[in-house]
This record gives sequence, structure tokens and C-alpha cells, in this order.
Amino acid sequence: MTVTLNGPLPSGSYDVAVVGAGVVGCAIARELARRPRLRVALVEAQDDVGQGTSKANTAILHTGFDAVPGSLEARLVREGARRLAAYAGESGIAVEPVGALLVAWDEEQRAALPHLAEKAVRNEYRATRLIEPAELYEREPHLGPGALGALHVPGESIVCPWTTTLAYATQAVRHGVDLHLNSPVSDVNWHDGEHVLSTARGTLRTRRLVNAAGLHADTLDRHLGHRDFTVTPRRGQLIVFDKLARDLVHHILLPVPTARGKGVLVTPTVYGNLLLGPTAEDLDDKRATGSTAEGLALLRESGARILPALLDEEVTAVYAGLRAATEQDDYRITAHPEQAYVTVGGIRSTGLTASLAIASHVTALLADMGLDPGPARDLEPVRMPNLGETHPRPHRNARRVAADPEYGSLVCHCEGVSRGEIRDALASTVPPRNLDGLRRRTRARAGRCQGFYCGAAVRELFEGAGA
Amino acid sequence: MTRPTREVDVLVVGAGPAGLAAAARLAAAGIARVDVLDREQHAGGVPRHCRHGGFGTWTHPLTGPAYARLLHTAAVRAGAVVRTGTTALDWAGPLALDTVGPQGLETVRARAVVLATGARERPRAARLVPGTRPDGVYTTGELQQAVHLYGQRIGTRAVVVGAESVSYAAADTVRAAGAQVVAMVTELPVSQTTAVRAHDARLRHRVPLLTDTTVTELLGHGRLSGVRVRHRDGRSVQLACDTVVFTGDFVPDHELARRGRLELDPGTRGPAVDGALHTSRPGVFAAGSLLHPVESAATATRDGVRVAAAVLESLAGAERPRHTVPLLVEPPLRWIAPNRVAPGDGHPYVLRTSALSKRPVLQVVQDGRVLHEERLRAAVPNRTLTLTAGWTRLVDPAGGPVRVTLTGR
Ligand SMILES: Cc1cc2nc3c(=O)[nH]c(=O)nc-3n(C[C@H](O)[C@H](O)[C@H](O)COP(=O)(O)OP(=O)(O)OC[C@H]3O[C@@H](n4cnc5c(N)ncnc54)[C@H](O)[C@@H]3O)c2cc1C
Ligand SMILES: Cc1cc2nc3c(=O)[nH]c(=O)nc-3n(C[C@H](O)[C@H](O)[C@H](O)COP(=O)(O)OP(=O)(O)OC[C@H]3O[C@@H](n4cnc5c(N)ncnc54)[C@H](O)[C@@H]3O)c2cc1C
Repeated sequence: MTVTLNGPLPSGSYDVAVVGAGVVGCAIARELARRPRLRVALVEAQDDVGQGTSKANTAILHTGFDAVPGSLEARLVREGARRLAAYAGESGIAVEPVGALLVAWDEEQRAALPHLAEKAVRNEYRATRLIEPAELYEREPHLGPGALGALHVPGESIVCPWTTTLAYATQAVRHGVDLHLNSPVSDVNWHDGEHVLSTARGTLRTRRLVNAAGLHADTLDRHLGHRDFTVTPRRGQLIVFDKLARDLVHHILLPVPTARGKGVLVTPTVYGNLLLGPTAEDLDDKRATGSTAEGLALLRESGARILPALLDEEVTAVYAGLRAATEQDDYRITAHPEQAYVTVGGIRSTGLTASLAIASHVTALLADMGLDPGPARDLEPVRMPNLGETHPRPHRNARRVAADPEYGSLVCHCEGVSRGEIRDALASTVPPRNLDGLRRRTRARAGRCQGFYCGAAVRELFEGAGA
Repeated sequence: MTRPTREVDVLVVGAGPAGLAAAARLAAAGIARVDVLDREQHAGGVPRHCRHGGFGTWTHPLTGPAYARLLHTAAVRAGAVVRTGTTALDWAGPLALDTVGPQGLETVRARAVVLATGARERPRAARLVPGTRPDGVYTTGELQQAVHLYGQRIGTRAVVVGAESVSYAAADTVRAAGAQVVAMVTELPVSQTTAVRAHDARLRHRVPLLTDTTVTELLGHGRLSGVRVRHRDGRSVQLACDTVVFTGDFVPDHELARRGRLELDPGTRGPAVDGALHTSRPGVFAAGSLLHPVESAATATRDGVRVAAAVLESLAGAERPRHTVPLLVEPPLRWIAPNRVAPGDGHPYVLRTSALSKRPVLQVVQDGRVLHEERLRAAVPNRTLTLTAGWTRLVDPAGGPVRVTLTGR
């Protein structure tokens, strides 16, 4: 099991290198790990997996009912949703099949609902149903006044994005993939059938290259001479509300997309919070993951209309993610056989859902361009800690506490995180490198007090572990 | 696997000043089984990490940790059982709670429950301060624990947001950690602590106080690199710093109260209580910062004593009060505690205002009838206002809510 953080990269040549350890890159690495004969590297600029767009989204497992029919995205989202739901079940990734309601607030939106239902059918999703205001308010009594109806999409679910990325990475590493962190790729040279990647930790050689660099996929593409697309960071700001607000909604409340944009949603999270967001702002800075006063004001204004009682609840967190938008409304997945290179770009707002399907699509492209993957094997299943609120956390499990009292010793009170879970995370296959990484693995410090009670204690455990 | 059940007479949740004082009184009064539990490893609540004076009495000044030890020892000596590292998770019945600790899961059933779960400061996110999410962002509580309990390093240049007493305590902690306080920032036109303390910070420690000023953005990737502040007149500047402490703006830890569907007061956000600190559920009482986020530790301790008296009466079979009516405040007042009233309630009330006024008048009115009027010296946000209780015997228990207003210049 190899995860490297510093020092020079291995000198031999890899069969495949995947650049970018977001949810997409990790899924691809995991898929390649099914081929024991391949030597695979996963190369990441930052010190942990999933620290790009993959850590900051709305965490919905989409059915793909409203994708552009016939697009690659539509197919991969549809397939990916099925696969991830099954994978989550066996790996302990929290998923809740809550279903969605697209709520119409004006005539234009109400008129759009039947069209969305038809579009869903063209996307092979047949379970939608139009519902009248009376039923809508019965299902969602806290909804603001004035809703004119809704489209029910029972198949939409919520999922834990952090555990998903981590599960893929863990499984990949356990099956022999080398994960090289702190290795930003600054240049690529292709000659004699080999890619030479220049990274901050020296060069890395590989015979085939997969570009899953998210927001920077266009830059990497340019190093190989391609100018097919440009990534525009489209920021989404979100507000996380306290768990005590959870009972205010029962479904994902989706906005009806109209000519004026996609709009703001309210959704539960698997951690038991409510999310309000995201905004959609086209920027030119790929590091602009900050929130703004205007963005937050806009969200609160939308929230007040959708779910007035929400604004009385405490806010637990605010964050922003950047979607990798391009000039086209579809993924930009392209094979360049002459360079033994695959670009996986433009994975905008559905990449979490589609990740497993993208991975098999990409491995098929690699095979098409002559990679002999050798025989396949089944992967040993991973069991990740389930961070879901509806799943009993270890401290609620009398047997586990009796067997190991560390699970009864709570450190982060707001989230019910025990010392045992922190210990386990620090000793895991892909351990956290900082407190935020620990938070994504355990939820320590992610709760309403944001560290007032537990911050110092959690830091002590983290630093005491010599991490 | 079913949980073992423990039976006690009184279960106190929270071993801060309020909970410990209540337990000591109850045990001393002969109640056989008084259990106090606290989810922290050590009893004492917030004073554990207030390593400065300002606790105890005028004649017996103490540091926070010494005060915490004193209360803990008193409770144990009186015969209460203090169980630390044990969290009350949720209700298991009207007077029963599920708990967990290293020793396992348990259900504790009691004849009376006292909630004394304290309060916390709103963190940066809850205050909706925009910007990036760098390291180096604290509340006073986290800062004090980091520095005083764990000896952790903080940054070198800190901005303290707030200028009330707790903010000055935070500034002291920053200095104790060997770092510099770059500035204190308050949206209000004046500091909200004693003149002595404010002068001391400004003159002796050369800490600039920026009044009428709001923190509008946090800057930096990875580590905080600065904060942007804006003055009321529109001027905006950037302060270079690697640490920022958000102080004050307290909110009760009311999770158990809410999960138990106790009636809450919209002002304090803690459980609504009458003068005897009864909540809306028979047999459940509340005390301390949970009711008035935050008053001095001495006030929390007095609450503990008061709640013990009410619990004793209730265990002795006294009827639950007498009719109570809501006690409401109007802006600029933010909250009052207790916030229900019965004729004859005898303890003073504490209030908070959101606006500065000189020589204001507090007025108490029920159904158009003025019950009481008193002139105060001044009303300052984030500082305690007190309302005496002589008027409560005039309250009509069958009447409408009693309203408290503040008028002044
Ligand atoms: C606000 C918002 C809401 C969303 N909601 C949903 C949703 O509800 N459901 C859903 O399915 N999807 C959603 N998404 C989309 C989803 O989050 C993305 O599609 C997905 O995370 C993309 O993953 P990725 O691996 O392509 O990119 P990333 O996670 O950004 O990973 C790319 C990685 O590449 C690394 N990298 C970049 N350049 C280099 C280099 N030169 N060298 C080495 N490493 C490099 C980066 O550090 C990063 O770790 C949402 C996105 C946003 C922003
Ligand atoms: C930073 C700061 C500085 C202060 N400085 C001063 C000062 O200088 N002088 C002064 O007089 N006052 C000061 N105060 C105020 C004083 O500390 C409080 O008034 C006092 O601590 C309140 O006591 P309490 O018992 O109500 O709550 P706390 O002291 O907050 O104790 C509550 C306890 O309940 C426990 N608890 C909560 N929920 C649960 C649960 N579910 N299960 C088990 N246990 C639980 C907590 O762990 C905690 O120990 C300060 C407060 C703060 C926050």
C-alpha cells in the first residue's frame, strides 16, 4: 500500500498515470486497480484526495432526469447513479433516498413541469409525477406560501461526497495503485511513447496518461497541444443550517430551471443538516472558493421564500465550490490515441454521481487505444465509517462501546465523534494530513460549535498522533 | 442489546457552575442520589479555561480554574456523584435521558432533571462573515482551551472581534500565548466593558480599538492572511493578521431542551422558565448560561442555588406553580431571563439591550397597566441590565403577557 507525500517520485515507468485525485480521478484509479498487471499512479497536487471541487458540492445522487437527452453526461449520470447507490451500500457510504420535488413558484415554472416530465422519459427516467399544491403542502408543510405545484422525482438521493472519494482512493491504494500527493504537474512531455510529467517532486514517467485535473484540465490539455475547451470556474456558494432544522423538509427541494438560470435548492444532507444553495457565478479565478456578502444575501432571500422557518435556525457552515464549466453543455471526455492520452474535462455539476460510470467509460477508451489491461479481478470490498445521521454512529452502538470504550468517549460533541473514530481515521489507508481532512473523515469540528468546545481537543489528538 | 438503567433522584446535566452549585445544595439538603454528568473529561464548565481572575467574591477573588475546583469539591463533599466524560444524548422519557461514556450506554431515570448545559459563542460561519476558510479562526472558548488547557501555539498577530468583557479576556489570552493583538473591532460606537479595562488595553497594551467597524471579509488560503474591515462611514481597510478571534454573541446549548420539545423563549433561545426556573415540562428545570447566554459565573452559581430550592419543593410534593404568564421584551431589548412570571416571584431579572442609551427607563406593563417603572444609569449592549422583582405581586395570573420596554435617549 503506497501513499507518498514527499521525496522524489519512483523512477520506473507506469502503465497509466491519472492526474487529479478528485472523485473522478479516484474512481478511474480504482477501476484500473481491477487489473493487477497494470502499474498505476494517481498524482495529486494537494496533500489529500478530494480537496478540489469534490469536497464542496451539494452532494446529490442525481437520477439524471433533467440532463440533455442523448448527451454523454446524460448516459453517464444515469449509469453512475445506479452504480454509486449499489457501491455505497456495500462500502458504508451514507446515502438517503429522500426523493426530490421541483417546486414551481410562478406560472412559467408550472408550465415547465410537464416538459421536464417528458424530458425525464427521454432520459429513461419514468417515475416522475406532477403533484398539486394540496399534496405538495401535505408533503412539505413548512414550504413558503404560493407554490403552484411540483414535479416529484422519487429517485433522487443524497450521498456523502467525502466518503465516496475516500472509498475509491482507499480501495485503489489497497489494490496497488501508488497515490502521490503534493505533486502538482507543471508540464508534460510526450516522446518515444512515454509521457514525462514534471512535478514539484521531480519527474514521473508513464506510458499512458489520464487528465482528471478538474478545474485545471484545460491547462494540462494545453501542455499536450490541445485547445479543445476552456474551463470557466462557476462558483456555487452554500449555507449549511443546523441539524435542529432537519425536520423542516422531507425531500430535496429543487428549483425549476428556467431561462433565467438554475436557481437555489434546499436539501437535507446525510449528516442531518439542511443545505441552502448554490449560487452560480462565472469567475476567472480558479482559487476563488470564498463566500461573498452578496452571495449569502441572495441565498437568504431565496431561502426565505422556499422555507421561511429556515432563516430562524442557526447557521453551521458556509462554503463555496467551483464547477468546471466549459463552452459546451456536456462532459469533454476525449481520447487522443496518437498520444496515449485521455482528457476527462468539463465534469461540471454531476461528476460525483457519474464518477463510477466515467471511470469505466475512460478505461474502455484506454483499451480502445491499445492498452492491454490484462485479466480483471474483483476488488476486495472496503468498509468505510458511515457518517450518516440515520446510521447509528459508533457511540450509539452498545456492543461496540462495550468492546472498545474509546467509541464511548466523545470528543466532538455536536457531531458525536468519539476518540475511537479519530484514532481509526489517523491510522487509515489514506490518512488525513490536516484538521480539515480529519473533518471529512469523521466530522470532528464540523458541527454547530465549530470548535468552541472540541477544537483544541481534536487538534491535540491530531498533533499527538504525529500526523 | 438493551441499555442498563440507572435510577437517581435528581439528574443534573452539565457540571459548570450552575449544575455543580445545584447538585451541592441538593445533596446537602439530604437528597440521596444526585448525579451530575458532564461530557468533558473534567468538571467545572467554562471557568476551567478562564485562567484569569474575576471569579469568586470580592473578599475571595479566584481564577476560573480555582473556582471550578471549589465548586466541584463542594458538590462531591456534599455527596453528589459527578460523572465526567459522560454525555446526555437524548430523552428516553419525560424524566429520563440516554447517556454514553467510556463505561457504556445507559438510561438514567430521575424524579427531577436539571438542565445546565451552558452556552457557546457563535462561530464565524454563524455570523455569516464572508471570505475564504483559512486556519487561524477561533472563538474565545476554543482559544482559551487551546492556550490554557493544551498549551497549543496560535498565530503571532491576532484581531479580536468584539469589545465586551469576554473580548478583553480573549485579548489577554492572545497575549498570554505570546502573540500580539493587532486590533479589537466592534460595530458599536464604544467598548462594552469597564472603563478601567478598556483604558488598560488601549494605553498599557497599545491595542487599538476600532469602533463603528465591521469585519467584512476573511482573507488567505491555507492560513489567514488578514481581515477586511469597514467603518460605518464607508472606509474600508485590510488588517494583516494570522489569527482572528470571534468573541461574544452567545447562544445557549439548547439541543436537549429542543429535542425534549420544551417551550423556548424567542429572545434567549433557551428554555422558557418562571421565577423558580421550572421549564414547560413538569419535573424539568433549567439554570445558568442556558437561560441567559452569558452572565457571570456568580449568576450561574446563584441560579444553581435557586433551582435546587425549586427541585426540593417539587420532590417534597409541592404543586407545580401557580399560573405563570409570559414575560416579553420589546426592542431594543433583546431578552429577559427568567421569561415567565407568577405573582410573588422574588428574584431579580437579567436583560440585554441592543442599543446604547443614557439614563433610560425600564417599564413593566400588563394589559395596559403599568406595574413598575425604574430609571437606570445606562444601558450598554452586551452588558447586564437588572430589573428588580418587587412588582411581580401586581401581576394578574389570568391576564395577558407582561411586557418590558426600555425608553431612553
Ligand atoms: C456547487 C456545486 C454543487 C455540485 N453539486 C453536485 C451534486 O449535487 N451532485 C453531483 O453529482 N455533482 C455535483 N457537483 C459536481 C461535482 O462536485 C464535480 O463534478 C466533481 O467533484 C468533479 O470531480 P473532479 O475529480 O473532476 O474534480 P476535482 O474534485 O476538482 O479534482 C481535480 C483534482 O485535480 C487536482 N489537480 C488539478 N491540477 C493538477 C495538476 N496540474 N497536477 C496534479 N493535480 C492536479 C486538484 O488538486 C484536484 O484535487 C457540484 C459541484 C459544485 C461546484
Ligand atoms: C470565554 C468565556 C469567558 C468568561 N469569563 C468570565 C469571567 O471572567 N468571569 C465570570 O464571572 N464569568 C465569565 N464567563 C461566564 C461564565 O463562565 C458562565 O456564566 C458560567 O460558566 C455559566 O455556567 P453554566 O454552568 O451555566 O455553564 P457552563 O460553564 O458553560 O457549563 C456547562 C457544562 O455543561 C456541559 N454539557 C453541555 N451539554 C451537555 C450534555 N448534553 N451532556 C453532558 N454535559 C453537557 C458542558 O460540557 C459544560 O461543562 C465567561 C464565559 C466565557 C464563555
